[in-house]
Amino acid sequence: MKRTIFRNQLLPWLLLAPQLIITFIFFLWPAAQALRQSFLRQDAFGIRTTFVGLDNFRRLWNSPEYLNSLQVTAVFAISVTVLSMGVALLLAIAVDRMIRSTRVYTTLLVWPYAVAPAVAGILWWFIFNPTIGIMPYLLGQLGYNWNHISNKGDAMTLVVIASAWKQISYNFLFFLAGLQAIPASLREAAAIDGAGPVRRFFDITFPLLSPTTFFLLVVNIVYAMFDTFAVIDATTQGGPAQATNIMVYKVYFDGFVGQNLGSSAAQSVILMGLVAMLTVIQFRYVEKKVAY
Amino acid sequence: MIENRPFLNLAAHLVLILGVCVVALPVWVAFVASTHGPTAFMSGTIPMWPGPDLVENYSRMLGRGVSTSGTPPVGTMMMNSLIMALLIAVGKIVISVLSAFAVVYFRFPFRGLAFWCIFVTLMLPVEVRIVPTFQVVADLGMLNSYAGLSIPLIASATATFLFRQVFLTIPDELTEAARIDGAGPMKFFRDILLPLSRTNIAALFVILFIYGWNQYLWPLLITTSADYYTIVAGIKRMADAVDGIPQWHLVMATAMMAMIPPVAVVIGMQRLFVKGLVETEK
Repeated sequence: MKRTIFRNQLLPWLLLAPQLIITFIFFLWPAAQALRQSFLRQDAFGIRTTFVGLDNFRRLWNSPEYLNSLQVTAVFAISVTVLSMGVALLLAIAVDRMIRSTRVYTTLLVWPYAVAPAVAGILWWFIFNPTIGIMPYLLGQLGYNWNHISNKGDAMTLVVIASAWKQISYNFLFFLAGLQAIPASLREAAAIDGAGPVRRFFDITFPLLSPTTFFLLVVNIVYAMFDTFAVIDATTQGGPAQATNIMVYKVYFDGFVGQNLGSSAAQSVILMGLVAMLTVIQFRYVEKKVAY
Repeated sequence: MIENRPFLNLAAHLVLILGVCVVALPVWVAFVASTHGPTAFMSGTIPMWPGPDLVENYSRMLGRGVSTSGTPPVGTMMMNSLIMALLIAVGKIVISVLSAFAVVYFRFPFRGLAFWCIFVTLMLPVEVRIVPTFQVVADLGMLNSYAGLSIPLIASATATFLFRQVFLTIPDELTEAARIDGAGPMKFFRDILLPLSRTNIAALFVILFIYGWNQYLWPLLITTSADYYTIVAGIKRMADAVDGIPQWHLVMATAMMAMIPPVAVVIGMQRLFVKGLVETEK
C-alpha cells in the first residue's frame, strides 16, 4: 500500500474510465447475457423466448454428446499438458547444464511461442495429411495406416501434437527460469556428499521446481481448454464423430452453427465457472508464493 | 555445472539438437512445400528439399492471392493483421497504465469495486462468451471494422496487474519528493512513472503484439468483408477453399508469411520478451 497518495476525487475516475467502459460493454454485459440466456429457450424460428429455469443445464447433463465433450476435453487437456511439460522440462534441464551455448539453444527453442495456434494446426495437418503427408508415409512403412479423417484416435493424436508443440517453448522458458533460480551451492553441497546427477534431480531440483511446475500445470490446463480452439477449428473441426469436440469448440459450434443459443449459453456458464476456479487457484498460489 | 561429466554433456547436447529438430520440423516441411510448383504434390509424398518456385509463389501470394479462394492478397491481410496487433498492443497498454495509476495512487469511493470489475475479466476468455460478445459488437455496428477487431480484445486485466505490481515497487519517497516540488498527479505520472516503467511497457508490447497478431476466432467471426481479413484467419479460409484441388504450395507460402513477423519479434527482442512473459504471468 502506498503512503503517499494524491487527493483528487474526479481524476481517478477519468483515468479508469476507458478500461471500465470497455470492460462493461465487452465483458460484463456479454457475460451477464450469457447467464440470462442460459435460463431461456428460443423456438425454432427465434420468435418466442421462454424462461426454462435450469432446464438447459439439465439437458446438458443428460446429453451423451456433452458428456462425450467433457471426456474428450479431459483426455485432450491432460495429454497436451503432460506432453508439452515433459518435453519442456527435459530441454530445460539440458540447457541448464550448458555454460556457453545457453543463449543459442534458447533462441532456437523459444520461437514457436510466436506461431499462431491456427498456423500450428495447419502445419501439423499438412505433415499428417493422409495422401501426401510425410508422417503417414513413414508410419505406413512401419505398417500403420494413418487417417485422422476417419480414425478417432489419430485425430486426437494430431490435435494433441499440434497443441503441445506450440506450448513447449512457453513451458521451457518457465522451467529454465525456475532451474536457474535454484542456488548452485545446494547442488554443489549434494555433489560433495556424493549424490549423482539423477539423485540430485529427484531430491533437490525437482522439489524446488515444484512451484513452477504447479503454476505451469494450471496455465497449461487453461491453454488446452481455451486457446486450442484455433487448432481444433483449423484441423479436425471436432470430428470425426465428435472425437475432438472439446468444450470450448462445442460452445461455438452449438451457438453459431447449430443456433442453439440456450444450450450454448449454458455451456458458456459452465466454462466460466471452470476458468474462475482455475484463476482463483492460480492467484492463491501466487499470493502464497509472494508471502514467503 | 557441478562436476565434469563428458558423457552427460554429450547427452544434453544430443537431447537439445533432437529437440531443436523436432521443434523445427513442421516449419521446414512448410518451407519446402512453399518452394515447389503445384505439380510436386501430385506424385505421392511431399518433397524433402526446396524447389525452384520460392520467388514465384511468394510474390504471387503477396501481390494477387488465390482468386478462387475469395481471400484478398496476402499483402492486404498482413496489413490488417499489423493494424489489429498494433491497436491491441497500444490500446491495452494505454488503458492499463492509466487504470493501474488510478488504483495505486488514489483513494476514492468504490475503489475496491472498480478493481474487482477489472479483476473478473481475467476469468472470461473471449471464447467463452463468444455469442453474446458477437451480438454486442453487431448491435454497435462494429462488424468489419478495425475498432471491432481490436477494442473487444483490449480490455483484459493482465496488463493492469503488471503495471500495478510495477508501481507498487516504486518507492514512496519519489512521490513525496515530486509533491514537495509541486508536481500534480499527471505531471508525476508523465515525468516519473512512465519513464520508470519504460522497459515493462516495451516487454509487454512484444507479448501483446504477438497476442494480437495470432488472434483467430474473433477476426474469423466479425469480418465478412475481405477488406478486413487478417492473415491468420485468412489461412483457414484459403485452406478450406482449396479443399477441392489442394494448392498446398500456396497455403504453405501464406503460413510462412503469417509466421515471419511474430517470430522475428520474439527472436529480435528475446530478452525483453522473456522478461515481459515471466513478469506478466507471475
